[in-house]
Amino acid sequence: MSLWLILPIAIPMLTGTVATVAYRSRAAQRAISVAGAVALFVAALGLLLDVSERGIQSAQIGNWPAPYGVTLVADQFGALMVLLAGIIGLAVALYSLASIDREREAFGYHPLVHFLLMGVCGAFLTGDLFNLYVWFEVMLMASFVLMALGGERGQMEGAIKYVTLNLVASTLFLAALGITYGLAGTLNMADLGRKFGYVAATQPHGVVTTLAVLFMVAFGIKAAMFPLFFWLPASYHTPPVAVSALFAGLLTKVGVYALMRVFTLIFVQDASYTHTLILILAGLTMLTGVLGAVAQNEFRRILSFHIISQIGYMIMGLGLFTSLALAGSVFYIAHHIIVKTNLFLVSGAVERVRGTFDLKPLGGLYRSRPVLAILFLVPALSLAGLPPLSGFFAKLGLVQAGLARGQYVIVAVSLGVSLLTLFSMMKIWNEVFWKSSPGNPDDRVKAGDRSVGLRGRLIPIGILAAITLIIGFGAGPIFSLALRAGEQLMNPALYIDAVLGGGG
Amino acid sequence: MEIILAFVVGGLFAAGIYMLLRRSLVKLLIGLGLLSHATNLLIFTAARLTRARPPVIDPRETSLAPPFADPLPQALILTAIVISFGVIAFALVLTYRVYKTVGTDDLDQMRRTDAP
Repeated sequence: MSLWLILPIAIPMLTGTVATVAYRSRAAQRAISVAGAVALFVAALGLLLDVSERGIQSAQIGNWPAPYGVTLVADQFGALMVLLAGIIGLAVALYSLASIDREREAFGYHPLVHFLLMGVCGAFLTGDLFNLYVWFEVMLMASFVLMALGGERGQMEGAIKYVTLNLVASTLFLAALGITYGLAGTLNMADLGRKFGYVAATQPHGVVTTLAVLFMVAFGIKAAMFPLFFWLPASYHTPPVAVSALFAGLLTKVGVYALMRVFTLIFVQDASYTHTLILILAGLTMLTGVLGAVAQNEFRRILSFHIISQIGYMIMGLGLFTSLALAGSVFYIAHHIIVKTNLFLVSGAVERVRGTFDLKPLGGLYRSRPVLAILFLVPALSLAGLPPLSGFFAKLGLVQAGLARGQYVIVAVSLGVSLLTLFSMMKIWNEVFWKSSPGNPDDRVKAGDRSVGLRGRLIPIGILAAITLIIGFGAGPIFSLALRAGEQLMNPALYIDAVLGGGG
Repeated sequence: MEIILAFVVGGLFAAGIYMLLRRSLVKLLIGLGLLSHATNLLIFTAARLTRARPPVIDPRETSLAPPFADPLPQALILTAIVISFGVIAFALVLTYRVYKTVGTDDLDQMRRTDAP
């Protein structure tokens, strides 16, 4: 049994618990939080190396044999996702030191971040559908509190929508779980992958399709897929930037991960129906997301709509359903998590300097803060997919896969959407950085305050921008890693053998 | 029995969704509660109902003779009940805070954060 599998769950749990116990001391909480984030990052890196070297790893907690016990599995895709969670956790933990106010810290901000990370890592590593539900709830509970912590009016309104829609999604997921258990008599994902072909052959066609669509809707709400995304732009811009960035980077991607897991391992019998549906929804998600973004005039709202649009690209790879397409999706997710978190962090640094997220009163930041401007440009151009940044290779993989499958419409849509993304990023660039500052640059932030905590914000932004560049310039090895993840996803037998031990 | 429970589950889902679609915050909360009950009953029903056959091995036997009631769905439901209990408790407090902060319980008035 591999210890690496347990560490990404155990470390955030321990960190969160210890940080809760140390609630009296702000300094201790901050130190514990950063130490825990570093440890998680190291453990995640160890897990990825272990999985790359030895193939899919699995562990049975409590030593009950596979279909009965609690299973943890890490394939290439899952391990990569855990590493990304580790990177984002570290960046956000560092950013929080400079940006979160004392009051939120006193009410348990740091432990909550780590409990959220525990839920996310658990969801990426579990090998059992019911445990996936439980990890979802762990993650959601932490995110609910983080969303509402602080109690500002916008947060409250955002939180009620966020909580309601996520609870509806959980309910649908649980209902789908119940029906799955009724049909197959198991909820272990590997066991389901093995048995579901038989179930699909013996049960009425409609039952299995309904079940697949029920899962699609449940995970689609969490992933903010068209037409189920309305909770996202209504809530993601309300909490503090560090929280927005954490959510933007990780939470919807857990939904995408669950979709990719379920629709490559279990519901593969009727791919011409389910995966075509996913492909159509992917196109619509991209298009509505980017059109929503074009209409916005607030920094974080634009970014929120871009999350939706990017989700479309990720599930496009799933809809195309070839190993190259899935590799493209995996690469896209990796690129997106880093870039999107970074853009949110940049918006927070802009707000620190100028006191607002609205584009109209901003301006002239290229002149006064050139470093910040460059640090915005790296993730922004990467998001739009300009070579040699990471977004270009992500889109290249997907477009190639789309052309290979002869799905020209979705390829055209994805390329058109990238142009609109570029347009929208240029809008932010022009309004915030390039145009001259409109009138009074004083306003909401006192001159003395503008640089307070700015350096602390720029460090994690710089780290993430560097990672974007590394993914861009080192695209070869990282894409080959994504290709391996894609091949593993297309060959569920590998996953099933790793969990159930071949013979079964 | 399954037929009756199927109608109960369907009725609970319908009532829950109806409540979710109302404008009042409190009704929204009741709707969420109803949905979670509906789901728990759905799991219970979907896993087949077996009467008076507990999954307990008779002292004179060495293994269970089918048919016997499947204990696993009940474990699942128990977990789900605990989770939904926590979540609903949180939602209740949140609703109260929302009411205090926004000053209304009308969901139609809470559109400041929506995209214009």
